[in-house]
Amino acid sequence: MTIAGLTISMFDIAMIAVLVSMALSLFRAFVGPTVFDRILAVNVTGTLTVLLISIYGFLDGRPDFLDIGLLYALINFIGTIAVTKYVKYQDLGDPLEGPDEGDV
Amino acid sequence: MAATAYYLTRLRNLFAVVMLSGVYSLFAAALYMVLDAVDVAFTEAAVGAGISTVLMLGTLSMTTDKEKVRKKPPLTALILVFMTGGVLVYGTFDMPRYGDPNAPIHQHVANRFIERSGEEVGPPNIVTSVLASYRGYDTLGETAVVFTAAVGVLIIIGRSKDRSMPNAKAVRRREEDDDITHEPSAKEKEDASS
Repeated sequence: MTIAGLTISMFDIAMIAVLVSMALSLFRAFVGPTVFDRILAVNVTGTLTVLLISIYGFLDGRPDFLDIGLLYALINFIGTIAVTKYVKYQDLGDPLEGPDEGDV
Repeated sequence: MAATAYYLTRLRNLFAVVMLSGVYSLFAAALYMVLDAVDVAFTEAAVGAGISTVLMLGTLSMTTDKEKVRKKPPLTALILVFMTGGVLVYGTFDMPRYGDPNAPIHQHVANRFIERSGEEVGPPNIVTSVLASYRGYDTLGETAVVFTAAVGVLIIIGRSKDRSMPNAKAVRRREEDDDITHEPSAKEKEDASS
């Protein structure tokens, strides 16, 4: 597709869309009144970063950036688990009450 | 990224600050990737967004998650920060342009490593021979530092589970005190009412 002399690929449009949604989720992370708004916003932002890296890899002609995106997704996942565990139990260590409570 | 940093300093709820610092690290890692420093980006993502978020949360679970508000922000500190930043930015003017093939880093010893490391050291991987031979003492020192850090952490943390240690008794007593005075959580209230 060509608009005003600029060739716009599918990846450009996807990149812009990801950036816009990233700004929206960041806004929620900044103002979010409750803890859960913030957790969700940060998680979404991490996912969008993974998308951004993948799209940037295709834009740059190096699709091997997908591996890095995978690593980011793993880190994001573990971080979210830690945060949710903290929110529920107020602690990250061994379960204080009950045998297996808080064991993820 | 700048907006994230601004809110990091303005927010007073430390839990939100921890979450935002994770986001900030992710953005920094993405920036490093765009600059083609993939290894640095890996480290930033793993340490900044992963481990340090978890460590901060662990700290929050032992302390409070509200920051004490100081009324007047110190002006000298602000000036000092801006001066240091200005000096650092001024320092980058001397650096060669990004990707410049005539930069010293591409001309100095790198070519010799590329041409002759195979016959001088042996391993087919140039990075390996640089790390293990040309920079052997440096790598040895790094390994010693990492080893010392690991031993130190083990000495401080690794023994607290041992009930026969004299400190363990004090820790247990404090936990019991907490049990007597701590407020019933929501779950316990539920149990009591049912």
